[in-house]
Amino acid sequence: MTKTILCLAHVDEGGRALPKAAYEVLGVAIELAGKLGAALIVGLIGDEIQTAADLIADCGATRILGVFGPEFTSPRFATDAAGLEALCRAAEAELVLAPATSRFQRALPAVGGRLSGRVDTHISSLAVVGEVVCATRWFYRQRIEGQIRREERPWILLLDAGCHESWRGAPAKAILEQVTVSLAENSLRTKVSGVRMPKTDAQTIRPEAELLFVAGAGWTKKQADGKPHPEEAEKLILEFLAASKASLGGSKSLVDQSGENQAVLGFMTHLNQVGQTGATPRHPKGLSTCCHGEEPHVVGWRFVNERRAINLDPNCGWARGKADVLYVADAFEVIKEVNALLAAAAEKKLATATD
Amino acid sequence: MSSGYHIVVCAGIVPDPLQTLEPVETPSGPGLKNEMMLPAVLDPWASHALYEAADLAAKCPGSKVWLLSLGPKAKLQQVMMTIAQKVSFELVALDASAGGFTDAHAVAEALAGAIQKINGLDRSRMLLFGGWESASRGAGVTLQLTGERLGIADQFQGVDQLTVQHDGSLEILERIEGGRHQVSSCSGAPALFGWATGNLPEPRNSPQIGMVNMRTFMPALQKAEQAKLASASLHYRDVRPPQQQRQTRIVKDVAPKEIAKEIVRWMGAEPEVTR
Repeated sequence: MTKTILCLAHVDEGGRALPKAAYEVLGVAIELAGKLGAALIVGLIGDEIQTAADLIADCGATRILGVFGPEFTSPRFATDAAGLEALCRAAEAELVLAPATSRFQRALPAVGGRLSGRVDTHISSLAVVGEVVCATRWFYRQRIEGQIRREERPWILLLDAGCHESWRGAPAKAILEQVTVSLAENSLRTKVSGVRMPKTDAQTIRPEAELLFVAGAGWTKKQADGKPHPEEAEKLILEFLAASKASLGGSKSLVDQSGENQAVLGFMTHLNQVGQTGATPRHPKGLSTCCHGEEPHVVGWRFVNERRAINLDPNCGWARGKADVLYVADAFEVIKEVNALLAAAAEKKLATATD
Repeated sequence: MSSGYHIVVCAGIVPDPLQTLEPVETPSGPGLKNEMMLPAVLDPWASHALYEAADLAAKCPGSKVWLLSLGPKAKLQQVMMTIAQKVSFELVALDASAGGFTDAHAVAEALAGAIQKINGLDRSRMLLFGGWESASRGAGVTLQLTGERLGIADQFQGVDQLTVQHDGSLEILERIEGGRHQVSSCSGAPALFGWATGNLPEPRNSPQIGMVNMRTFMPALQKAEQAKLASASLHYRDVRPPQQQRQTRIVKDVAPKEIAKEIVRWMGAEPEVTR
């Protein structure tokens, strides 16, 4: 029986607020606590967490625990694992929910080991069946879905972003209970020096974007004139991304070509890769262009709600049965027209604003 | 004094990504239909870890690479025939029926136990490599739990670059949100690295490397210990592939300009452009 649920969160890179994913997990935790009649405790970690605690003070948590100090400013396995372990021990919760951010994904599995509990990640939903908590997650890279339950406690669950409504509430003054952590001597062997952007001409990965633009290897293949036009493809795609503020995804074949130093799209890196061995982003809309392939590639946009594709092959496995609309057309020509329309729209908007 | 790194790469085997996967119920829980018949490959992200390990070992004299792989013997043998030609390493095999539905905690326990038994492994200069997630469970848990059992206090996940600095420290680039990298430095081994794709292409097959590797592979496979991975407390229900099939509207023989207008309208920028 679950008596206590601990909801963990860390402050964002700004050091004050919480990431969006933390509010989503808080929403899940509140809902679950209600169904199970369990107490909710929130655990926060970061350099300074009072501001963040105030933002969620009204969420109904019985306690807000905190691990804070300069050692916890940067994401680092040793210190984060120690801090999170201390929070879990202080809360004595049977269930621990946390967002699957890179920071928690790095440290929380080991915490599960330290607590002799169990940890599961990439959870897409939680349900209560009878009085038992069941978690749904994907296996084989989003190709098989399954529901699991475990008997060991604590059970740590990292929830994927974009799967639940965020909790919303007004800020209030939170009463924060500090949890002290004794760090081992070797905890500070790793020093975080900062964040580096990928070597690209422009920022092309935008997790918050409304639209995911997926470019396939077709952009670099021979066109109607019998020659490839990677420079033109690069220009069209970058113009589109600049005008639409979409996030860029690439198929594995296209990304691999970039790694092999072929004359292809210079701004495409492995970070852009979506699909079986890449990311499965959760944007509301997706537009794929020049993508070919079957199931393994399609998983790249499994979590995209509205999907459209531009492809010369009307029977392409990427699009048929997977996309809402398939435009059988030359992506070079269509995107050129789209860019012109977006530019015109932007100009008109600017003119209206200056009037 | 010894120099170089002792690099242990943990890498599972997974069904070839191009295969259709269909879950079935087996006496020991969910599994894949015809699982033993499906062609297998070394886990993609773990493969990158292996290539990076070999590259690092080549740059640091005195280093050695072990590949620790857990899977059915027959499958391991099949996959190793290919991998053996890529880079030099010593195989440590664990015989077990492992798939995406196996409990990561049980796998981590087996891996940690096997690492502790590796002859000649100096754990003070050990770098534990693996993929940051597998293409089967895709949990990103096994490696951390293995490292935790081995007492490794410096762990990095989503690693794309590892550089040995002049002073012997390690600079690490880890993937974080928004397509960026966190830059860290660690004073040295022991440390754990869950690799993303890294920067190296897949090495070409080298029959010479294959010949050398194969001399040690067969004995390693023959003496592979059987690992028990049962987890009595993990229960599955409702395991199935997604059934979603969309009714795709095919738009053919329409001018690019008209298609563009429809796309822009769909994107939500229509008021300015469609009048």
